[in-house]
Order: sequence, then C-alpha cells, then structure tokens
Amino acid sequence: MQKVFERPKALSDKKMHYCPGCTHGIVHRLVAEAIDHFGLQEKTIGVAPVGCAVLAYEYFNLDFQEAAHGRAPAVATGIKRVLPESVVFTYQGDGDLASIGLAEIVHAATRGEKITVIFINNAIYGMTGGQMAPTTLPGQKTTTSPYGRDTSRVGFPIRVCELLNTLDGPAYLARVSMHDPKNVLQAGKAIKKAFQVQLEGKGFSLVEVLSSCPTNWGMTPNQALKWVEEKMVPYYPLGVFRTPEEVSSCDA
Amino acid sequence: MEKIMMKGNEALAEGAIRAGCRFFAGYPITPQNEVPEYMSRRMPEVDGVFLQAESEVSAINMVYGAGGAGCRAMTSSSSPGISLKQEGISYIACAQVPCVIVNVARGGPGLGGLTSSQADYFQATKGGGHGDYRLIVFSPGTVQEMVDLIGLAFDKADEYRNPAMILSDAIMGQMMEPVVLPEMRDLQQINKPWATTGMKNRGQNLINSLGLLPEDLVRINQELQEKYKRIEANEVRYAVEDVDDADLVLVAYGTSSRIARSAMGLARKEGKKVGLLRPITLWPFPKQPLADLAAAGKRFLVVEMSVGQMVEDVILAVNDRSKVDFFGVPNGAVPTVRQVYNRIMEIL
Amino acid sequence: MAKIDINEERCKGCELCVHACPKGILALADKFNNQGYRPVEILDAEKCIGCAFCARMCPDVAIEVYK
Ligand SMILES: Cc1ncc(C[n+]2csc(CCOP(=O)(O)OP(=O)(O)O)c2C)c(N)n1
Ligand code: SF4
Repeated sequence: MQKVFERPKALSDKKMHYCPGCTHGIVHRLVAEAIDHFGLQEKTIGVAPVGCAVLAYEYFNLDFQEAAHGRAPAVATGIKRVLPESVVFTYQGDGDLASIGLAEIVHAATRGEKITVIFINNAIYGMTGGQMAPTTLPGQKTTTSPYGRDTSRVGFPIRVCELLNTLDGPAYLARVSMHDPKNVLQAGKAIKKAFQVQLEGKGFSLVEVLSSCPTNWGMTPNQALKWVEEKMVPYYPLGVFRTPEEVSSCDA
Repeated sequence: MEKIMMKGNEALAEGAIRAGCRFFAGYPITPQNEVPEYMSRRMPEVDGVFLQAESEVSAINMVYGAGGAGCRAMTSSSSPGISLKQEGISYIACAQVPCVIVNVARGGPGLGGLTSSQADYFQATKGGGHGDYRLIVFSPGTVQEMVDLIGLAFDKADEYRNPAMILSDAIMGQMMEPVVLPEMRDLQQINKPWATTGMKNRGQNLINSLGLLPEDLVRINQELQEKYKRIEANEVRYAVEDVDDADLVLVAYGTSSRIARSAMGLARKEGKKVGLLRPITLWPFPKQPLADLAAAGKRFLVVEMSVGQMVEDVILAVNDRSKVDFFGVPNGAVPTVRQVYNRIMEIL
Repeated sequence: MAKIDINEERCKGCELCVHACPKGILALADKFNNQGYRPVEILDAEKCIGCAFCARMCPDVAIEVYK
C-alpha cells in the first residue's frame, strides 16, 4: 500500500488552535500543498493577518511576517517588490480584507502586485467573538446585529471577487467553497492556480474561500457547512471570475 | 569634494539613496512632496523601488514588509500623515524592523497649516503609537546635516534593528544650502540573517509583534528596553556653541536652533554671555550634558516652534539644579530673531 | 485494499470526516484524547475504499490515507 494522502511538508507539526471543525485548517493544508506542489518552501514568504489566522506563521514551515489588521497586502507588496524572485502570499479574513483593509486590497489588486491572496470569507468576525462583518448575509444574526443584519440600516454585504473584477489589475480571481470534499478539491486547484499565476509573473491572484465559523455561528461543524452551501453559495456564486489566458493549465 | 546647492528635501532623498535606501513608499502631502518626487525619478536609476502608496497607512506597512525582507527602506510624510503611520510604526518597533521615517513637520493640530512646526516632538520622541517603544530621532540643523543624518539613521536603524526618524520641518525641507554628497554606499556589506527571504538552508524567520502569552510579551518588552538602554548609553548626539563662558545657554534644535544662533550673536554683540546647546538626537536626549551645564551654574532658555514640548525634557534633565525659561510660538507662527533676542535681554 | 491512519491526538472530534465518509464507517470513540476531545475512529476498516474524503475535510490534517 502507498500513502495517497499525507501531511504537506510546508505545514509544521504544531497543533492548530482553531475551533473544532473550523475550515481555516483545511485552507492551511491546501495552501501548504500548493507550496509543496511547486517546490516553493525555500522562496515563499507568507503574511499573516489579524484575525483567527494571526498565528498562521506557527502552522506553516515558511518565513512569515505578521501584519497589522488589514495591511497584509501592503506588507506583501513591500516584500515582493524588494524580493521579486520570491513567492509572497497573504492569508486574510473578511474583516481584515473587506473592512479595515479594503483600500490595501483594492490597490494591491489594481497595481497588479504579483502576490497571491487567500481570502477567508466566513461572514463574521471570528477572533473578536462573532461581530458583524462586511460579508455578513442580510438577516444574519451576529453579536452586533442581534436582530439580524438589517440592510436598510447597515447596508449590504460586499462581494469581493466581483468588486475586484471591475479592475484591470488582477490576473486571477476565483471563489471556492469548503462545504464538501468535491468543493475542497476544487478549492485546492484554484489555490494552486493562483500560485502558478504568481510564479509565471502574470500578476495579482486572489482566491476567496467560503468558510465556516461554527463557534460564532452557533452551529455544529456539519450544520455550518450546510449553511455555507445553502445560504452563502447562493449569495456568493462560485467560479473563476478572471484568469489569464496564457497560463499553462494546472495538472493538479 | 564638490559643493552643490540643494533643497533640504532633495538633499535628504539623495542622501538616502547614497546610504543604500532601495525602497521608498510615500503619499503626497505638503511640505514633503519633493522627497517622493525626487525618489520617483531617482529610484529607477539605482534599481530601487519607488511606490506611491494609496495612503500613509499603506506606505508604512509597505516599509514594514520591505524592511523585514532585508532592504534599506524608508517613508516620508508630514505631520497628519505621520499620525496615520503610528500603528505601523508601533508594529515596526516591536518587530524590530530597521527602517527610516521622515517627518517634514507642518503646523497642527488637525489639518493645521503649511507653516513650519516643532509640535510633533512629543509624538516623535515619546512613542507616538501605542506601547512602550522608542524611535531613534535625529534633528538636522542644516541641509548638509540632512544628508549626513539620513545616512547615520540607516546605519543606526540596522545596527539596533530599530526604526529611526528624521524630524525635519517645513523650513528645513524647503530651504537651499550648499552640500557635499557622500559616495554611493556598497550595499553588499549589510548582512541581515533575520530577514524573511525564504527558508533556504536555515529555519523559519519571523517578523512579528504578537505576544499573546503574558510571559512572551514581558520578554519582548524587556528585550526592547535593554536595547533602548544601550541606545541611550551610546547614541546621544548634540552640538554646543560658546557655552564655556555662558551665563545663559539656549537649547534649540532644527529651524529654531538657527533662529536661536542668530539671537545669540546679537546678544553677544551686546556683551551678553550666551551659548547654545543643540540636540542632534532628540531621542536619546542629551540629558547628561544639560545636567552638567546646570551643575556648572548656567541658566537655560529653550526655544521652540511650538508652545513647549522639548522644554519638558530640559526641565527633567536640569532637575531643579538651575533655572529653565521658555520661548515658543503657537503653530502658524515662526519665532523671529528679534523676539528671541528680546527674551534673552529680559533674562540677563 | 485501503487504509486510513488517524492521529488521535490531533483530532478535535469535529465530525466533518464522519459526515464526509461515503461508506459511513467513521464515528467518535468513547474516550478522550489529551486535548479533551473524543477522537474519531474507524468502525469497519474493511469497507474503506481510500477515497480520502475524510482526510480532505479534516481541518487538523489528522488523517493519512494508504491505498
Ligand atoms: C486596528 C485594529 N482594530 C481592531 C482589532 C481587533 N480585531 C482583531 S481580529 C478582528 C476581526 C477578525 O475578523 P476576520 O478578519 O473576519 O477574521 P476571522 O477571525 O473571522 O478569521 C478584529 C476586529 C485589531 N487587532 N486591530
Ligand atoms: S472563531 Fe470561528 S473562524 Fe475563528 S477558529 Fe473558531 S471557528 Fe474558526
């Protein structure tokens, strides 16, 4: 018998602190697999956000910088511009990327920075205890929208891929989901593709990952994935929004 | 050595390039615009990076990334923009990323005005952002010193893995003086084994400012404080003029030191024994030289382009051993030589 | 022939794998690991087809698969 599924080398041995059933861990594995796939461990620098993934540097066997809340794309820009041969990625939540750091992500995208952004959309602020995020769905209850998100008062969720797709700068934009094994496989392919786009110098790449936060949604991990499928996917349609034609197809 | 006429802001930018700065990010704000404009022309010539960031917030975080990746990196701005950078500066100080921040200060508070100011002294020397941290703060008194001190700022930033600041002001940035530029520095000599350049033949490098466990945060802070003690012991810089026989020592930096010097000249002509102590590093502050002068019986007059900030440090250093007077003007105004002279004559 | 290897100490008993397994052969054990979670165990190892759905859904990368 042969090992057909193993722990990627770009992941460290540390046990992750994420809540049981939180999909942050799955996305970490997919990123690490992409790094392993292309053999990038020696040239990759990750940028961790402020959010539940603040300790991402503990879990990746990679050089890392920890950024201030929302500023990861600016930090990644600084790194990539002075080390153009390196591979630089950010890993950011929706509060981090779509609220406090919206200017940084839009401008990194429009500059066509040759970085890869892994964007975790879990429709909530996880780390601070479940407050409303810019991605919180209409009607969704959070600790700061206890009666449900009232769009007449607080407005509507931001669809990040669609927003960035209005710009000329990005080379690759895709939205994937964590709600079942098939979609996780698909997400892995998109993440590999995003790194490939960077490796081939094509420009800015971002993968938005629809994720769960069972703890703050008040659901079991499996209920939470069902909620991703039934509530989030209809609001945030999956697919590739932008892809460079010339990128050689990813065999993964 | 050839002398050329240069504007303060441009001399500073060229000085940075020659000191090996190869990454600059900034955002337009008067009166520092000559710095990014100069950098946008010059960086491509030396294979460096110039970026006009979307904001000062972004610019300082780009510098964090570039400095953390081992490059000599810098940003410049003016007072309101420096306020915006404070969160990033606090992270940089904690993560011990060497870099240089330039403040070509203008009048505040708020949007303030375009006149020169020294009202950012507290912000520069007492932290500015959150937490117990310090910047090494240099104050140039001539355009030549702009060039000299920015080179020194990069060296000290690297030596101590600490952000350094050049606290200039609108007048210093805009005025022209002859300067001698140094040779271009050889960049290969700077070894930064801690930089995040990819895990090649070594373990993980981490640029980080998080200390979630209380004992970790205590350790981080102790390490910083030990470093700050070393800086205070070794890096105090100041200049004195005519203090030996002086009864009254003027204490001023940057633009106000130039005004104070002229007033001193007038007073000397009247037979008044006046000297000048000019701090070149605002942090670490020249406490001991002031204490020594106080012990020798000299009085002090602190001259600032603010309603009084550095004067507090002078009072602390003098510690009741002698008398400290103050002359300052609110932002918007610039002290005149005559005003300072009159104040000297009142005291003596 | 296929087999999975569960690292019980990494497991947080979230049951995503239990739900993902097309053969329905995973369940939480009646014991606790050192983290205080009930780790998942395989009920009928013979029935495993090595599809790795469980491993793919595991947020703690606690499952390895052999085929
Ligand atoms: C400037 C600043 N503001 C606020 C915070 C507090 N804070 C920490 S994490 C967080 C939100 C994180 O949510 P998100 O980005 O959605 O990531 P998640 O935790 O859900 O993975 C906030 C507001 C901070 N650390 N810094
Ligand atoms: S709070 Fe939510 S996002 Fe954070 S680790 Fe727990 S489940 Fe995951």
